[in-house]
Amino acid sequence: MSEVFDIFLLESVLNGLLLGGLLALLSLGLNLIFGVIDVVWICYAELIMVGMYAVYYFHVVFGWPLLLAMLMGILIVAMAGAALHYFVIRPVLAAEPINQLLVTGGVLFFLQAAATLAFGIEFKNLGVTFPPIVVGDISFSMPRLIAFVTALAGMLGMYLFLTRTYIGTAIRAISQDRTIMPLMGVNPNRIFLVTSALGGGLAGLGACLLVLQYDIHPAIGLSFGPITFLICVLGGLGNMVGGFIAAFIFAQFISVGGFFFAIEWGYVIAFLFFIGMMFWRPQGLFTK
Amino acid sequence: MKSSLAPFIALAVLALVPLMGIGNYPLHLLIMVLLWGYVYTSWSIMGRLGMVSFGHGAFLGIGAYVVVMGWNSYGLSPWFGVPIALALTAIVAFLIGYPCFRYKIVGHYFALVTLALSEVTRLIIVALRDQTGGSLGATPKTALAETSWSLGALQFSNKIVWFYVILVFWLLGLWVWKKVDESMGRLALEAISQEEDASASIGINVTRLKLGVTMISALMTCIGGALYAQYQLYVNPETVSGIGISLQMVFGVIAGGMYVRLGPTVGAAFTLLLAEGLRLGFGNKYHALDSTVYGLMLVLFIIYMPKGILGAAMEAMGKRSAPQPKPYSR
Repeated sequence: MSEVFDIFLLESVLNGLLLGGLLALLSLGLNLIFGVIDVVWICYAELIMVGMYAVYYFHVVFGWPLLLAMLMGILIVAMAGAALHYFVIRPVLAAEPINQLLVTGGVLFFLQAAATLAFGIEFKNLGVTFPPIVVGDISFSMPRLIAFVTALAGMLGMYLFLTRTYIGTAIRAISQDRTIMPLMGVNPNRIFLVTSALGGGLAGLGACLLVLQYDIHPAIGLSFGPITFLICVLGGLGNMVGGFIAAFIFAQFISVGGFFFAIEWGYVIAFLFFIGMMFWRPQGLFTK
Repeated sequence: MKSSLAPFIALAVLALVPLMGIGNYPLHLLIMVLLWGYVYTSWSIMGRLGMVSFGHGAFLGIGAYVVVMGWNSYGLSPWFGVPIALALTAIVAFLIGYPCFRYKIVGHYFALVTLALSEVTRLIIVALRDQTGGSLGATPKTALAETSWSLGALQFSNKIVWFYVILVFWLLGLWVWKKVDESMGRLALEAISQEEDASASIGINVTRLKLGVTMISALMTCIGGALYAQYQLYVNPETVSGIGISLQMVFGVIAGGMYVRLGPTVGAAFTLLLAEGLRLGFGNKYHALDSTVYGLMLVLFIIYMPKGILGAAMEAMGKRSAPQPKPYSR
């Protein structure tokens, strides 16, 4: 009896690990934006929703090959990210910080409602299924494994971009000193725009991975948006390594907590853990 | 221009409206405006002092669900359910507020911590689905089978009764706002919302003041939740708790104007009439058209009219009797 129990526990620990990789990718984009522009995109998960619809439409409705549809999805969300910065964030950059948070909250409402208006509230899915991978007594879902590997690759790619390219170095420089860098000939507006497109691109990549696992509907952002913010805050807003670790901690709470109780309780425990941690380390677990 | 009689005349007219034989639907709209006006006012009591909470869905949810569940599961009259909900709200508000203010969790961080709180409440309601009915929501057992009103169950089939009950609470909310304004605490609060360390250095107990205002705001919101549940006779975790309703409160307030007393009510009226107007104008053919326009307007408001409709209107009229507080520091 206890052996069976342990196998399932191990399975949920491993599934939590896979989920952690995906959450880490989702939080990376948000952290990048915050670290560089000092703005929290409350509507980040809604950009992911837009990406999921884009992939769905190009693949299922227009009949493009899946990978090409995904590429288009990433491109569209990247452009949406840049547009978000240009039209919404830029006018309030000098306003109160909380207004910047609120304005993206307005975008959240807008995107959710516009998606309902344009696509209806019916659940949509790609209709692709993958056989589960069975190792011994443990089975994994293929999309989760793909998501995990792609997420790690995406993060590695982002790391190389930020450390090995000229514009990546400029992005890191701006995030370290927002006032000095313009004097050194770096144009912050251009960097902000590129960063927003990159953050959008990461949201688009997240969308491609999520669309393999979940049905698409206009309110899907609400089901993983809050968790993404909390991961970033727990890791220290703007701290990408902290966010990476926090994602795996959260994923274990959700997966193992959901194993012992019900899935909502896993989230409840994770959120309560977050609130408790905020009081212990208000600036995040891994302050810079 | 500023007559002290004018507000009383306006109030008397408002109080007589239901007796003029307007239909059920306009009366319902009026009740909803006052109810949400009350809830938004409750939120603003702390929000305008720089404590932007995304967690008021938690207090609204506690108010609605404790009262309904007490009645449905234990036959507990709302007259006992409401005090229990208030006690629970006070505990939760203290547990979240005290550490936040003690450790100076402000701005983004305060907003996101309180956001977690409202999500926890929603998830707990959904997870306790055996008692609460989960995402499907719950209906209080009716006490109106044979009679048209039951004081013990706090259920009234007559909307006019509800109008006056909610009107009283709305006025109470505006009165609390005024009292907070008049008290010494308000001056101190304005100081702490701008320069927290400086205020502390001149002997203001920052933590205690912020906590006091938070408690008032949370308890008022809790009552709003109970009123909503008893009036609508239906509660749903999505509509009384969680991130959605919490954001809706913040945005309603912003649309109306956070720093003027009637601003939150104007926000409630504006959002409700916009939604109803678009729904009547376009029918139900274009689902969510109202929220799309609403979301777009919110974004434009925050960018171009951060003081809200009433705030901007009063500024334009030059009717600034008192200097507007500027609650955030850069």
